[in-house]
Amino acid sequence: MGIIKAEDVVYEYIRRDEEGNVEGITKAVDDVSVDIREGEFVAVLGHNGSGKSTLAKHMNAILNPTEGTVWVDGMDTGREENVWNVRQTAGMVFQNPDNQIIGQVVEEDVGFGPENMGIPTKEIWERVEESLRAVGMYQFRKHSPNKLSGGQKQRVSIAGVLAMHPKCIVLDEPTAMLDPNGRKEVIRAVRGLNQVEGVTVILITHYMEEIIHADRVYVMDQGRIAMEGTPREIFSQVEKLKSLRLDVPQVTLLAYELKKQGVSLPDGILTADELVKALGLE
Amino acid sequence: MSIIVDHVNYIYGEDTPLASKALDDVCLNIPDGQFVGIIGHTGSGKSTLMQHLNGLIRATSGHIYFNGQDIYEKDYDMKKLRSRVGLVFQYPEHQLFEIDVFTDVCFGPKNLGLDKKEVELRAYDALKKVGLPDEFFFQSPFELSGGQKRRVAIAGVLAMQPQVLILDEPTAGLDPRGRDDILHQIKRLQTETGMTILLVSHSMEDVAEYVDRIIVMNRGSVMYDDVPREVFKHYRELEEVGLAAPQVTYIMHALKEKGLDVDVNATTIEEAAQDILRALGRNSQ
Amino acid sequence: MLRDITLGQYYQTESIIHKMDPRVKLGGTLLYIISLFFFQNFLGYAVSVIFLGIVIRLSKVPFKFMVKGMKAIVFLLMITVVFNLFLTPGTPLVTLWRLTITREGLRMALSMAVRLTLLIIGSSVMTLTTTPNNLTDGLEKMMRPLKIFKVPVHEVAMMMSIALRFIPILLEETDKIMKAQIARGADFESGNLIRRAKAMVPLLVPLFISAFRRANDLAMAMEARCYRGGEGRTKMKPLVYHKRDYAAYACIALYLVVSIILGRLNLWGSM
Repeated sequence: MGIIKAEDVVYEYIRRDEEGNVEGITKAVDDVSVDIREGEFVAVLGHNGSGKSTLAKHMNAILNPTEGTVWVDGMDTGREENVWNVRQTAGMVFQNPDNQIIGQVVEEDVGFGPENMGIPTKEIWERVEESLRAVGMYQFRKHSPNKLSGGQKQRVSIAGVLAMHPKCIVLDEPTAMLDPNGRKEVIRAVRGLNQVEGVTVILITHYMEEIIHADRVYVMDQGRIAMEGTPREIFSQVEKLKSLRLDVPQVTLLAYELKKQGVSLPDGILTADELVKALGLE
Repeated sequence: MSIIVDHVNYIYGEDTPLASKALDDVCLNIPDGQFVGIIGHTGSGKSTLMQHLNGLIRATSGHIYFNGQDIYEKDYDMKKLRSRVGLVFQYPEHQLFEIDVFTDVCFGPKNLGLDKKEVELRAYDALKKVGLPDEFFFQSPFELSGGQKRRVAIAGVLAMQPQVLILDEPTAGLDPRGRDDILHQIKRLQTETGMTILLVSHSMEDVAEYVDRIIVMNRGSVMYDDVPREVFKHYRELEEVGLAAPQVTYIMHALKEKGLDVDVNATTIEEAAQDILRALGRNSQ
Repeated sequence: MLRDITLGQYYQTESIIHKMDPRVKLGGTLLYIISLFFFQNFLGYAVSVIFLGIVIRLSKVPFKFMVKGMKAIVFLLMITVVFNLFLTPGTPLVTLWRLTITREGLRMALSMAVRLTLLIIGSSVMTLTTTPNNLTDGLEKMMRPLKIFKVPVHEVAMMMSIALRFIPILLEETDKIMKAQIARGADFESGNLIRRAKAMVPLLVPLFISAFRRANDLAMAMEARCYRGGEGRTKMKPLVYHKRDYAAYACIALYLVVSIILGRLNLWGSM
């Protein structure tokens, strides 16, 4: 079993009208099974409302499945006694950088998780330092979070999770509210965690360019998994992505257009260099 | 009939030790009916500039003329200016407050002192323009999806029937589908009503397809002001200030470097594909 | 407008007062304020002015900065002085029209003015030299005994520190929503009181919604980071008394003894 495994997960919520009468039941996650191995970088792609964030919240025991089971490092997230261990094992970073920083000084915020876990003071300081260094925010440790850019705030949030020494980190659209530079900063930090520190990463996003470096991609639509594969396999299916109205990187789209016009090219070209080579211009 | 920005300076936090120049000698001329993209990274002064155009911020020095009149003249009617130059802020759905969508959209025209019938006509018209289906009109705005909320908020400004519509990052936080829908809708507004549109964004790729002209802001001043393909020629300089040309520009440059005779100024996929085919054809002959 | 209030704002610098344990500063301030109400002559005030002067000097906070904070309470000060001046019965000194200034009134007004000024400056020394976080930490630790009476000390402290963190964010948000509504023709400035109150609805509703949304997000983020109340929590920056803190306690005690003894000497006969 992988570090995170979801089996036939269904999550339903009940819609109510203003008087509290039941209007209907919505399946936000509909029969989803995923298996994520330790050390993997997995991206979950989909529209707003596709169920990707709901699925992510299952991995941290914030939500419990209506049907099916989620295991984090072998622990059933549905069992009350596992909750805190699950949350330590699978840390979570959320979308809005302002609404997840608790401390008034960067280092104090990063120390918040370890404090909650009852880590001795001396070790908290060590963890805070190493986490802030890992995301490149150490020189800002004495700053107020309010003075940082969006990308920097998100890196602080990531450090805050990292200081809890999780095996796995789930990022729920961490870049949705950032500008392009902030997005790059955050993605760079996340890739670093995965490659250097060996932390398993699950990145929820709707930006195509962020999943190119993932080992594996799940595409969600209407609560279900619509596609699964390596980024290259996913991007080979331009028509399907278009029908799901997801973005395709411009270079992939260009190669696809050229191919349609009769130029012989392989599927799923991801970078300008690949296109140059494929056109035999090397 | 246009907006003229004449040597505008704005110093943020004047008289304090933290004073900084947010706008530095900005000069612009925006004729009626143009679709303008204003690009710059966070803190480049683009949002500050936009707030000058409808009088929410007053320039430290310089002048702004709207339809030939200096808006800083003593008895200039600022309220009227605000109804002529509509400003949609970033995450505009955060300003919704009424019990239903329709009432919320009525807020703007009602503030203009119009009679009830006119107010409702305008609200209806505005909601139609943003493409919100009728069944949502009497729902609470808080029950809508993110993209729908944003449309309602844009309609709230459109209902004032401005001549100029300024949108500050109208696609922020939306997914690709929501983003494309909103941008299409805005483009349609411009072509159908002849409204002047100023679209503030930090993404070149998003705006390249839609706009007639791009103004690049950096450190409070105008860095480039031209048609997209001319602006993208400076892709190296853009990168230095934390912006980037569309990916297609880089692809074309990479191809050209390797000896394929393509037009490096192509800005859209269609243009690029056609041009590569042409160049490939020539190579094989 | 709101940012003009320097009262209670932290002033960043390195000084022995800044480094002091917040409990010392909290306790010291409290004792200092109490001492002000014991004095019966001006000698006591003289001692307390000197004491405060030394503390301010040690704190390296410019005196100008503290006086700026006083601006907010000048009005209050004036009222106190005027009331005491004219409304205290006793031996008349001067009579203006129907108002009489008495000898006792003059003394009372003067001592109230000095008392209030010292009180405000004294407490602002504490807030100027202590980060809000440190202050909440100090409060939490000092109030710990109240836990026996089921007072949720940790929770209250946590709430205070979260509130402090979100004040600037919500201020910024208020500014943004206000501008957005002005752009839609809203008018927050003209009209009578009722109209103005009504005009606040488009500002307050979005603000509350945003505050609730943020609270909800924050609660989720805190849970995700294993927050489960004060039980079993360790501290990254635990409060530990150093030598300087004991020395400070000694100084405060010394000040109390000296000032109160001198302050209660019967110099002019009974008050």
